[in-house]
Amino acid sequence: MTNEVPPRDGLIAGLDSPLSRRRMLALSGAGAATLMAVSAPARAAEAPPKVATKAHIVIAGAGAAGLAAAARLAERLDGATITVIDRRKEHYYQPGFTLVAAGLKPQGYVVSTTADYLPRGVTLIEEQVAEFDPVANKVVTDKGRAIRYDFLMVATGLHLDYAAIEGMSTDLIGKDGLGSVYAGPAAAVVTWKEMARFAETGGVGLFGRPATEMKCAGAPLKYTFITDDYLRRNGTRGKSELIYTAQNKGLFSVLIVSEKVRMLFRDRQVKVAYERVMTAIDPGRKIATYKTPTGTAEFKYDFINVVPPMRAPAAVRNSPLRWQEGVWAGDGWMEVEKPTLRHKRFPNVFGIGDVAGVPKGKTAASVKWQVPVAVDHLIASIQGTTSASVYNGYTSCPLITRLGRAMLVEFDYEDNLVPSFPGVIAPLEELWVTWVMKTMALKPTYMSMLRGQA
Amino acid sequence: MKEFDLAVFLVVFQEMLGPLLWILPALAIAGLVSFAAVLLHEGGLVSRRLVRSEIVGVLGGFAALGLMAMVTISGFSDAGGPVDWLLVGLIWGVGLVGATILAYAVQGVFAWKAPHGH
Ligand SMILES: Cc1cc2nc3c(=O)[nH]c(=O)nc-3n(C[C@H](O)[C@H](O)[C@H](O)COP(=O)(O)OP(=O)(O)OC[C@H]3O[C@@H](n4cnc5c(N)ncnc54)[C@H](O)[C@@H]3O)c2cc1C
Repeated sequence: MTNEVPPRDGLIAGLDSPLSRRRMLALSGAGAATLMAVSAPARAAEAPPKVATKAHIVIAGAGAAGLAAAARLAERLDGATITVIDRRKEHYYQPGFTLVAAGLKPQGYVVSTTADYLPRGVTLIEEQVAEFDPVANKVVTDKGRAIRYDFLMVATGLHLDYAAIEGMSTDLIGKDGLGSVYAGPAAAVVTWKEMARFAETGGVGLFGRPATEMKCAGAPLKYTFITDDYLRRNGTRGKSELIYTAQNKGLFSVLIVSEKVRMLFRDRQVKVAYERVMTAIDPGRKIATYKTPTGTAEFKYDFINVVPPMRAPAAVRNSPLRWQEGVWAGDGWMEVEKPTLRHKRFPNVFGIGDVAGVPKGKTAASVKWQVPVAVDHLIASIQGTTSASVYNGYTSCPLITRLGRAMLVEFDYEDNLVPSFPGVIAPLEELWVTWVMKTMALKPTYMSMLRGQA
Repeated sequence: MKEFDLAVFLVVFQEMLGPLLWILPALAIAGLVSFAAVLLHEGGLVSRRLVRSEIVGVLGGFAALGLMAMVTISGFSDAGGPVDWLLVGLIWGVGLVGATILAYAVQGVFAWKAPHGH
């Protein structure tokens, strides 16, 4: 992580001002809870006139970030050609995976169709970008189609590198006590089946996270808490052992959150094994192997939630867009400016969402804040001006701590807590209201974001 | 949180409730209007009917909590802090007031139509 201090902007200052606080307090209760969801984005001020342009904008990836960017660009530009490239026809509402894997929502809750969110006038090419050539301003798809652009937004999300764990394959998910919430909607369903079976019998439950950057760093913790709750409800907690393997000496990258989780784990009797990074799994013998500072360690399990290493998708990793040096070079994250998401070396290229090589925040909540900023800067470039929009690294994670309760954790690039409702909804407190938000308001907010409306 | 405006609020609620977003306020307004009409027509509150309506109202409060429990797959027993109790109270209060007014208005309208009722 660099020590560079991102420019302070109005976001934090605005939050602290008595006016905005009063406004928020005025909206307390259910309404406020609903609204805070993924937190309101930086909206374009009162619908400015459309910008006329003949620019060709290519968006690689039609996930949360790609669709939100397409909606905003289509809304604000007149005459631009906007092309979205993504092979996958389904859209996944990934923050819902945890609820599916907790047996609370059906698979259909997280699956919809990409085309349904595509703004009018935007073209969708159902192919994959195989090669990024930012020097020649073009991308080449897996079908060999070359597409030139004036501006490029890379929103390819990230690659779940299951193959990096020896003996692991996504085919194993849902068998012999092996689950993985991340792999997709179907995997979330079968992970629930395995976890439910485990909750009936009890035994050793193994949880943890990879040593790489990852999306929603709270998700592996949530699933540990949820499993603990199910064991208690079934009366099998007493004969069970839950172990969380942390990749370093902490439980979360933000120290104050890490400490809170440590205390919660202590309260729930979840054992923590620090500095354990999973390297191999033997599904037959139900043994996972970890790298430790001194060698290797093995853990036997009856149930395991495998969270694989995460890297930039190969097309980005193998392109000049990646960081050339430093902590994010190894996994190929995009070299973008922290406050603007603009590429450091190719100014007509932006990296938004999980693929961006910025500290923290690989969440839908970050996407919600990043996209309006990147779009502002792209449009300013079209107009030959500059934009003052800044992304401060905001990210948020409703950390479920048991069924029916969650803690709202919101922070920025500098590890500051940036609660949306100071004085009303305390951060780091296990609350029903936060759970209510997660189950009721998060998906509607996400869907509104995809349409560029929130 | 940079901007926190009514438009986002509406959009999120629209997405969350669908057509219910308009049906619920319509129901509330219809209830209030008929309540006011009944009041005007009768020139005051009928206390026996009010008591009956309040009983319905109390049930309405619990129904509102039940509905929330269903939607959020949790319940008020999960409340863990002051803001939670505030929310529980708010939901119960809205259910209570809404059901009371609605019950009073409905009874009033029926009594109006059949003047021998009281
Ligand atoms: C289990 C889980 C729980 C989560 N919980 C939360 C939460 O509680 N709160 C929260 O805010 N966030 C949460 N997230 C994170 C959130 O879902 C992601 O951060 C968000 O979806 C990122 O958006 P994105 O557009 O960058 O990537 P994605 O939404 O993953 O979309 C990437 C898209 O790019 C496409 N693509 C990939 N490679 C290429 C290519 N070469 N060419 C073209 N297209 C390509 C893919 O098909 C995909 O459609 C969670 C995620 C998971 C998995």
